[in-house]
Amino acid sequence: MKAVKQKPSSVSPMEKENSSSSSLKLFGSWASSYTHRIQLALKLKNLTFDYIEEDLSHKSPALLLHNPIYQKVPVLVADGRPIPESLLILHFLDEYFPHNPRQLLPKSPHDRAAARFWAHFTDDRLGPAVAAVFASSGDAQVAAVDRFRSELRLVEAELTDGVFAGSRFFSGDQIGFLDIVLGCGSYWLAVFEEVAEVKLVDAVEFPRFHAWLRDFEEQDEVKAIIPSFNELLGYARGLRKILLGGGGGEADNDGGAVAGVEAGDMGNLQK
Amino acid sequence: MASEKEVKLLDFWVSPFGVRTRIALEEKEVEYEYKEEKNLNLGEKSELLLKSNPVHKKIPVLIHHDKPICESLIIVQYIDEVFPSKTPILPSDPYARALARFWADFVDKKISQYALRVWKLKKGEELEETKKELVENLRTLEAELGEKKYFGGEDFGLVDIAFVPFTSWFYSFQAFDLLSVEDEFPKLAAWGKRCIERKSVAKSLSEPKKLYEFLSARRKVLGVE
Repeated sequence: MKAVKQKPSSVSPMEKENSSSSSLKLFGSWASSYTHRIQLALKLKNLTFDYIEEDLSHKSPALLLHNPIYQKVPVLVADGRPIPESLLILHFLDEYFPHNPRQLLPKSPHDRAAARFWAHFTDDRLGPAVAAVFASSGDAQVAAVDRFRSELRLVEAELTDGVFAGSRFFSGDQIGFLDIVLGCGSYWLAVFEEVAEVKLVDAVEFPRFHAWLRDFEEQDEVKAIIPSFNELLGYARGLRKILLGGGGGEADNDGGAVAGVEAGDMGNLQK
Repeated sequence: MASEKEVKLLDFWVSPFGVRTRIALEEKEVEYEYKEEKNLNLGEKSELLLKSNPVHKKIPVLIHHDKPICESLIIVQYIDEVFPSKTPILPSDPYARALARFWADFVDKKISQYALRVWKLKKGEELEETKKELVENLRTLEAELGEKKYFGGEDFGLVDIAFVPFTSWFYSFQAFDLLSVEDEFPKLAAWGKRCIERKSVAKSLSEPKKLYEFLSARRKVLGVE
């Protein structure tokens, strides 16, 4: 992302708490769980913002200007300056509004490191493992499901006796950074189970993950942000058709149900 | 000084990711115990490594007060947060911090995988594609550096730490006839020379000729040469 040369803001950091003195614009896509992460964070922090829905098959010049390197959503533009990449945006929101009572990242450096580690794990290992299940069928899918389960077992082990053991959420009693990162995306699991006709999250095999996800999805703010199961289902059905040998990832203007997802890029399904 | 704190680093001298953590520790003048995973290239991993990083089983791992921290950029940020000093690794301004994290992440996403692969490929399409990606992304990185002293401006910081370990590999890239960074990316080459003037960097970088010998031997085993 280009370092846009701007005059330093004359608004002091303290005044930024009132978000009417800070302008926030979010470029996103309705089915993108990476976008949901930011929408959820903004809601938890009680920050107002303008939202621009992007058609991922026809990206706007503004998006391409703000994120020339990855050309993806979400991008947050804060007082005219763009920040892409959901994990970076989450960090930024904590730091740009330091007096906001809802700080997402843990306080201690050790816990912060652990939260970041598992956020990377979610995006680099767990996400692609789910995507592989969804993009395959037959024997390949069986192998993909096995791989997904072994990745999820690591998360389950961490919840059982790792750094986060014993609390309702990764951040304690309230949802925070890692809950947002892992949670926004995990709601796809039930959707994929239905569309791809596989069992991914067995409550017996993954009791803590199952309980955590259920609690996460019951949060008011989460309910307000995540699209309905049926909307996600429609999107997923269209996507699976493409992945299993429909078109070559062309946008299917079927009421926006399939939004120009690059078929080879399933790991970034929602970007 | 951190002499009363117990700090251990599990590492392997070849790893640019390990070098990052060594630079950060040196920047903060932290005393630490260095534990080399001697036979990592033969696939052997110590009990301590497997216990400390069961998820990835990779170095570097920082062990502080018996607690492991994994992944080089996470470790570097941890070091910055735990050992504050007059040389912060990340700037204080939130937007500048976001930019620093973005470009450090860019090195990981768009450069390291190609840099760490290009030397082991036989002549052919895959080599050409890998070279192409590496060159394109180095071009982007060099454009970001521009005329600045360091990636963060006047201050040596996260992005410099993220990329400088790869400068040890430039010698090998040239020797294997893959890429001349000096010729194609003079700004990056000059920046590399400026970085090595810092004690923390000079002390931590893998020695280029030693690395070349190591990679040469690996290439022979892989049948690349």
